[in-house]
Amino acid sequence: MEIDTLDRVLSQHPFFQSLDEGYRKLIVGCASNVVFQAGEIIFREGESADHFYIIRHGRVALEMHNGGKGPIIVETLGEGDVLGWSWLVPPYHWRFDAHAVELTRAIALDGQCLRKKCYEDHSLGYELLMRIVNLIAERLHATRMQLMDVYGNVKH
Amino acid sequence: MNPVNPMLPEVFKIRRSAQNTEDVFTLELERKNGGGAGFPFKPGQFNMLYVFGVGEVPISISGDPTRPHSLVHTTRAVGTVTRTLCQLKPGDEMGVRGPFGTSWPVEEAEGNDIVIVTGGIGLAPLRPALYQMFARRERYGKIYLLYGARSPGDLLYMDEVGLWQHQYRIETRVTVDAARRDWKGNVGVVTHLVGKISIDPVHTMAFICGPEIMMRFTRVELTRIGVSPDRTFISMERNMKCAVGFCGHCQYGPHFICKDGPVFRFDRIQNIFGRREI
Ligand SMILES: Cc1cc2nc3c(=O)[nH]c(=O)nc-3n(C[C@H](O)[C@H](O)[C@H](O)COP(=O)(O)OP(=O)(O)OC[C@H]3O[C@@H](n4cnc5c(N)ncnc54)[C@H](O)[C@@H]3O)c2cc1C
Repeated sequence: MEIDTLDRVLSQHPFFQSLDEGYRKLIVGCASNVVFQAGEIIFREGESADHFYIIRHGRVALEMHNGGKGPIIVETLGEGDVLGWSWLVPPYHWRFDAHAVELTRAIALDGQCLRKKCYEDHSLGYELLMRIVNLIAERLHATRMQLMDVYGNVKH
Repeated sequence: MNPVNPMLPEVFKIRRSAQNTEDVFTLELERKNGGGAGFPFKPGQFNMLYVFGVGEVPISISGDPTRPHSLVHTTRAVGTVTRTLCQLKPGDEMGVRGPFGTSWPVEEAEGNDIVIVTGGIGLAPLRPALYQMFARRERYGKIYLLYGARSPGDLLYMDEVGLWQHQYRIETRVTVDAARRDWKGNVGVVTHLVGKISIDPVHTMAFICGPEIMMRFTRVELTRIGVSPDRTFISMERNMKCAVGFCGHCQYGPHFICKDGPVFRFDRIQNIFGRREI
């Protein structure tokens, strides 16, 4: 994909909404286009988190394993969502598995490249961090709701 | 409703019984003595169902208001009365009082986009509103149904939901709190789906029914996309006894859920909704 097209895709994605154009151009330098087929593993727990993904279309399932009980899908992400923040948090390892449930198109952002740019330009770092913090807050809230088991299966 | 004494149940018998999920059942009822002009009701209204010798519970009507000859209730077995109710078989008898309460403003909503956000058993009281909109589908803009449940096995009416999508151009988004790998749909909270729809907020009406915490956070998300409180309607639940505004069991601030509700325009209860002590 051309740089111009990557830039356009990023500018239209909710995660980068109203981000300064100059910063976006810096970020495009770390971006590449990726496609995952239905069923394809994107990453596994424990692997190094080299990238994060801006999802354009499709659906990605995040799974956790609990020994012999098999994997549980704890969340799915789709168009407009962002996959992963482990690239920002040492030791930069994924904490869950991710696979594409259906054909998924995304922009992969190279974590190391971005970390370097954020280190060199703290304002860019602040912008990105604020967006990621928002995301984490939303996910934390959602996780709490899931934990509360709001549809409350009554014990028989 | 019994025109002489609304406290007096009428005897109905079970025509059909179907198990929807592990703990949810749908009963179709008919008058014991047959006949009558069916059971007219408005979407969102409820009946008091009396299991003889056990007790009486408020249960919303979940059938089609445009076909009032059959009276349908979908019930989750949670306690003494509902568990017995769910065990009734075709031919068994029970008492019915109703219909009671306010309804979803389906006619007032004509000309608007509709957003229905519901969780768990909350789809049952909203199904009649959907049926009524289907009968006049051309009078509405987009209709979104955002539906959440605990797990794929807890989802209600899934065969129908699939049909609605195609037959009536309903944008359905279904999600569950957790799932195994054979589930290919969404996993996550239903409130998260609100931000992903595309509607014209000033010409949108939102109907919400589910656990209170889910309705509270759905309102937060609706605010974010510009749907105002006076265009939002929610259905409330409280323990109930008389269902006709006498006993005060279901008092909710200055309101009685049985007669001022269960369906409220959100701005009218906004000040007390979510308050811990109410
Ligand atoms: C207006 C209105 C409409 C309703 N519509 C429906 C409907 O369409 N379908 C339906 O299944 N229910 C509906 N309900 C809820 C239903 O009335 C209650 O579940 C029922 O009264 C419980 O009575 P019970 O004797 O079976 O349980 P109880 O013996 O009174 O309670 C047993 C246990 O279940 C818990 N419990 C009670 N109610 C609920 C509940 N709602 N959810 C989870 N746990 C509960 C109690 O805390 C208790 O621990 C409605 C309630 C109202 C007020």
